[in-house]
Amino acid sequence: MNQSISAAEELAALTAHDASCRLAEGTVSSVQLTQLMLDRIAASQNNAFITVNPKALEEAAAADARRQKGEARGPLDGIPMALKDNISTQGLRTTCASRMLAEFVPPYSATVARRLSEAGCVLLGKLNMDEFAMGSTSENSYFGPVRNPRDPQRIAGGSSGGSAAAVAENLAYFTLGSDTGGSVRQPAAMCGVMGMKPTYGRISRYGVVAFASSLDQIGPITKDAQDCALVLNAIAGKDPYDGSSLMNPLPDYLDALKDGAAGLRIGIPKEYMGEGISEEVRMAVERVAGLLEAQGAIVETCSLPRTEYALSAYYVISSAEACSNLGRYDGVKYGYRTQAYANLAEMIEKTRSEGFGDEVKRRILLGTYTLSAGYFDAYYKRAQQARTLIMEDFRKVFRQYDVLLTPTSPVTAWALGQKHANPLEIYAMDVCTVSVNVAGLPALSLPCGTDSQGLPIGAQFIANTLGEAVLLRAAAAAEKGGKA
Amino acid sequence: MTTYEIVVGIECHVELKTKTKLFCGCAAEFSDDPNRRVCPVCLALPGALPVVNRQAIEYAVKAALALHCEVQPFSRFDRKNYYYPDLPGAYQITQMFHPIAKGGYVDIETTKGSRRIRLNRIHVEADAGKLLHASGGIGGAGGTLADDNRASTPLIEIVSEPDLRSAEEARVYGEKLRTILEYAGVSDVKMEQGSMRCDANVSVRPKGDPVLGTRAEIKNVNSFKALERAVNYEADRQIDLIEDGGSVVQETRGWDDEKGVSISMRLKENAHDYRYFPEPDLPPILLDPERIKGIGLTLPEMPEDRKSRWIKELNLPACDSEQIASSRFSAELFDRTVALGADPKTAANWIMGEWTRCVRVKGIGMETEPVKAEHLAALLGQVSAGKINNKQAKEVFEEMFDTGEAPEQIIQRKGMVQVSDTGALDAIVQQVLADHPKSVEDYRNGRTQAIGFLVGQVMKASKGQANPGLANQLLAAALEAMK
Repeated sequence: MNQSISAAEELAALTAHDASCRLAEGTVSSVQLTQLMLDRIAASQNNAFITVNPKALEEAAAADARRQKGEARGPLDGIPMALKDNISTQGLRTTCASRMLAEFVPPYSATVARRLSEAGCVLLGKLNMDEFAMGSTSENSYFGPVRNPRDPQRIAGGSSGGSAAAVAENLAYFTLGSDTGGSVRQPAAMCGVMGMKPTYGRISRYGVVAFASSLDQIGPITKDAQDCALVLNAIAGKDPYDGSSLMNPLPDYLDALKDGAAGLRIGIPKEYMGEGISEEVRMAVERVAGLLEAQGAIVETCSLPRTEYALSAYYVISSAEACSNLGRYDGVKYGYRTQAYANLAEMIEKTRSEGFGDEVKRRILLGTYTLSAGYFDAYYKRAQQARTLIMEDFRKVFRQYDVLLTPTSPVTAWALGQKHANPLEIYAMDVCTVSVNVAGLPALSLPCGTDSQGLPIGAQFIANTLGEAVLLRAAAAAEKGGKA
Repeated sequence: MTTYEIVVGIECHVELKTKTKLFCGCAAEFSDDPNRRVCPVCLALPGALPVVNRQAIEYAVKAALALHCEVQPFSRFDRKNYYYPDLPGAYQITQMFHPIAKGGYVDIETTKGSRRIRLNRIHVEADAGKLLHASGGIGGAGGTLADDNRASTPLIEIVSEPDLRSAEEARVYGEKLRTILEYAGVSDVKMEQGSMRCDANVSVRPKGDPVLGTRAEIKNVNSFKALERAVNYEADRQIDLIEDGGSVVQETRGWDDEKGVSISMRLKENAHDYRYFPEPDLPPILLDPERIKGIGLTLPEMPEDRKSRWIKELNLPACDSEQIASSRFSAELFDRTVALGADPKTAANWIMGEWTRCVRVKGIGMETEPVKAEHLAALLGQVSAGKINNKQAKEVFEEMFDTGEAPEQIIQRKGMVQVSDTGALDAIVQQVLADHPKSVEDYRNGRTQAIGFLVGQVMKASKGQANPGLANQLLAAALEAMK
């Protein structure tokens, strides 16, 4: 009995690429892997899932049948995975963790969901998050907070808390999250897994419920760099349904893993290592630098002087776009509608007052204010100017460095409920991640050890536009160095 | 007493006749069946994204070039945010900060002479859906229902400067705009069906005062005649207000054409704050000069150019040229008919006469080309060759119009021949003279116009087949002989 439990634990803990090998060898079936995940999801107390896909085993059986006929589709065929609940899935409810969409079943699938399905992946279900992806703790969910599998009294990070927690607890071989200001990287760091935010436009946003359109980007959360490359291979690339998706040709991201750190030029921006960063986090990041230096990387300190504007610019731009994107939830066609109303205006007001949670309302109010007549120039326009300056900063340093190294989060996971009283304190925790979204760049959070309480720490690599391959190269090298 | 000057600026929404909607692949065509032409994008479902229709951009550029605007190498979409159940996303995608075209003008001719009306800008935007207010209930549902078939169909908005100085000018400007856009081939431009919608900003001021008065915006104007009436009504209303010691308030008013009045819809204080900002889902529209030039080359010869060419090269009277050039379809029919050898003045008369009459009476759209130039030219050829007379030709024309058949076939089928045989006609002439001694008497007493009646009788007796010229000749000769 004990032995079989540990065998199941071992199977659940596999990376996606190892699970893929087992499927290819025929030592395990997709139905077995899927059933294992479903059992674990049912037993989990961490609230990572909002909805379990009732057709998961059916999809797994189809993958097994393909494989038996010699028609396996590729390395992800039959791999059970899960999606953040802001990624539309045809026929399976997509709630955005909001009362507003608690019963909403989309009539179409997001491009990323479709691409993973075409790659043969099995959809286990939909993952918990901060409502409409607004938050850094995954506590702002209509379905209750996500607990951190490393310490259930603590937050999993956010907004893709369910996506990170599910991978950390081996409830899925990989997941997708969305990252508007750090929402893939920060929970990945807090849960001790890998999370990547690709270049803006590298992955289609079609079907991903919009929070802030100019910042949102889908990203994989995985157990290692190789899985990250595999998933990226499956979902990246031009989508005719997304006018902002990029045409640039796609490399095979697996190739990047072999290149090693020798000759890699790494910059550590000093603004990311100063005040507010916990000592343990700083040391863990420096340890990563040391590992890479030992493999022949060149590590230097550099500067991104406009970093201080990033947080304000981010909150102005993201809230402005959010207040517009969320206008459609008026109770007219779908979603929540208030029970009693006397007229149209009251229906819309009550529907929105009752359907949205506090954090969402806070952002809508903020965005509405900054876009109002007379304030537009002072806020939105200045934020866009700051955005240009931040991009310039990055352009400059990337003339000298292949990749930048910073902390992902200034601190490790804090206790559930600890920062409820002060939203601004939580906003400030996004300081290491938001400038990447503001500049549209790719970045990756790599697990790099734990603090004295055993809580995971994440190190962030940032690359120039379309530099996903170099992120994977640095991450793979750091993983290798860490194991050695 | 103060003399007032009317100042009008017009914002005109024109539906572009693209195959698909502005941001998705749904057919941009009317459907009686509600919510048939919809998809996640035009319904603004969570997660859906817009992608720009290239044809819509090309049509907008074409319209801009036809109106002498400066097409912008860089333009961009913006969001106009407001809540209304016919607006699925709670924002309209439009162009506020960087429109696709700036400047431009429309030359108009009124009874007071010709004037140049400057344009401010043209921008591209998406239309909203429609609300159906059901008192009894549609399909038992009752209340108000939304139909998004029209949601996200492409529009251009053409904004004039406040250069118009009378209700007549406003009407003529609207008509001229329609003509130009019809030539450009970018829209059906039908006011009655809503593919062209004009809102008029009207103010008045003491003549000579350089400062503009407070304006009211008049909406729901469904024809050019209604536009003229609505502007007149509004100007009178404002002048009365001022004369009575009151003042005009800035507001939006709806025109009720049946009652001939406008009603206040919304005061300025209640105006929306639209919270415009750049649309983050759509990249900017970049147009290089080569592409703009290429689009310009697809424009046909415009009405002004045709008119002056006809006057100069074909000696066509100016008023005929004006009338025929006022529609691209009559202009093209005319040019092609003349190119096939028809006499210009005769062709013009037929187009202004029978063709226009049939189009109007039968309610057939000119764009359906009910009569081919080949057929009209052939018909005129039959007349000038003396094979049929004008009266017969009108009958053939109507038949051609209804059936699309060639004139030769119709003539043959109807057994029409023009009797130009002197011998055969002579007998009829003698009979007519014998039957109408009173008219003969009149003629002999110097009332020579009596011959007209007698020609008519010859035509009647010949069942319309007599050559009327010949009949006239023979009658005159016979009457002279009887003197």
